[in-house]
Amino acid sequence: MNDMSEQAAGFHSVDGQYNFAYLDEQTKRMIRRTLLKAIAVPGYQAPFGGREMPMAYGWGTGGIQVTASIIGLDDVLKVIDQGADDTTNAVSIRRFFKRVAGVAVTEATSEASVIQTRHRIPEEALTEDQIIVYQVPMPEPLRRLEPREAETRKMHAYAEYGLMHVKLYEDIARHGEITATYDYPVEVNARYVMAPSPIPKFDNPKMQMMPALQLFGAGREKRIYAIPPYTQVRSLDFDDHPFAVQSFEEPCGLCGATGVFLDEVILDDKGDHMFVCSDSDHCRGRRAEGHVGPRAAAAAALGYPAGEGEEA
Amino acid sequence: MSDPSPLLEADGVGHVYSGGQVGCEDVSFRLYPGEVLGVVGESGSGKSTLLSCLSGMIRPESGVVRFDVGRQGLRDVFAISEPERRMLMRTEWGVVHQNPRDGLRMAISAGGNVGERLMAVGARHYGDIRGEALDWLDRVEIAPDRIDHLPRTFSGGMQQRVQIARILVSKPRLVFMDEPTGGLDVSVQARLLDLLRGLVRDLGVAAVVVTHDLAVVRLLSDRLMVMQGGKVVEQGLTDRVLDDPQHPYSQLLVSSVLQA
Repeated sequence: MNDMSEQAAGFHSVDGQYNFAYLDEQTKRMIRRTLLKAIAVPGYQAPFGGREMPMAYGWGTGGIQVTASIIGLDDVLKVIDQGADDTTNAVSIRRFFKRVAGVAVTEATSEASVIQTRHRIPEEALTEDQIIVYQVPMPEPLRRLEPREAETRKMHAYAEYGLMHVKLYEDIARHGEITATYDYPVEVNARYVMAPSPIPKFDNPKMQMMPALQLFGAGREKRIYAIPPYTQVRSLDFDDHPFAVQSFEEPCGLCGATGVFLDEVILDDKGDHMFVCSDSDHCRGRRAEGHVGPRAAAAAALGYPAGEGEEA
Repeated sequence: MSDPSPLLEADGVGHVYSGGQVGCEDVSFRLYPGEVLGVVGESGSGKSTLLSCLSGMIRPESGVVRFDVGRQGLRDVFAISEPERRMLMRTEWGVVHQNPRDGLRMAISAGGNVGERLMAVGARHYGDIRGEALDWLDRVEIAPDRIDHLPRTFSGGMQQRVQIARILVSKPRLVFMDEPTGGLDVSVQARLLDLLRGLVRDLGVAAVVVTHDLAVVRLLSDRLMVMQGGKVVEQGLTDRVLDDPQHPYSQLLVSSVLQA
């Protein structure tokens, strides 16, 4: 932390108008204290004094405040949105930190020391040297079941989580299976029930015993929570309806990968479509290694994937 | 009663609301396992306040409510920790509200409503939970094909019966009922009372029934308390109080019943 302050003292943003990483030092200290509390009580939603950020709520203000508080000059930042590095939100946030913190950015998962994410966990396994920061729109997993904040806090405090299973019961009763596919509730360290942010349930097993530190920031709701490295994370289920992830019948059309999360892409007006890796870095890496998917030629004819690489 | 230890004991329970209105004043009684206590009185006589104090929803300003928590015997309901009290409320007690909207989750199916208490105490097998829910819906005379329907599609009487199943599924030892037949037409009332009487007798559940309907207490309760202005003016065996009321207010109440 001392190290960071020294960096900050000597740092001027590109246009000299902002403190290092946009937030002032007191705010970053406050957020770091909250982070320590959150890490000490895995899955507990710690309140923090969320600041106005130069973007709308819902665009990752919570994640950005967490990233701004932990990033240092020698960090390498990766930002993904829906698994891709080249979507609007990811590009904007990456540019923001390049400007206000002057840090190196990357699209390669393995090169990053801090990964800010919305909607995905990278396919490549994360390591002890990495931190993943999730942007969270709705931190309270019980909110849709119990509208009173005072009551949900008591439910967490006393570990009264029966209601969460009532919701899963309703899914099975109506549809024959648990239909939640994203933001699928998990139990952290055999204690707190937590919303994993809107990642597909496909990514839930990656949180279990993950070597990397996982931090969650909700800007509008002003809550921070965390999962320390190597922590038990269990997806809620019933004994006779066990948790299962989505499965895909086809491999990735571009790189032929299986066992990864795929997005459907429409190719023409006649309804032709293909499935491609949602993790753009993973897909590019596989293609560079020479893997070719069944639809690679058809996609190339359409100019897909388009020009890749970091923006100016 | 052969069992000398009461299940619930109220000792000088009183509550005054912040505006100064008296809710109830110096109420004392003992309720034994399997016994049904009726509480009657006109609107505003403090019946519902008393029920809230007894069932742990309002902390009374004076007096003590003790409940037999099992191994540790009678314990002050408001002196035990909040998680313990909430656990008692979910397992050993149940409240049947006058308005089913207060006692049911309207956006959750009948089966989910009945299964909630099972899941709250750790049931994690869908098939077992559903089986239990079906069994209880059957006991309260709700057809098995309505299990996945939302309570809002049910009639008032059916909602009341789902509410009862939802509570009894956890095999409570004590049930509080606040005007259980309020707002129902007389034939539905009669069937509900019949059902309640059967369940209470079969399961040996103790109950505190608050109502202004003397017919309800005559059918259900063993003992009766008459309240007026927050105070208990008369209590005794139900038949004795109804057939030979001593207090002027009890006499007025009994004589006010319309003879059909």
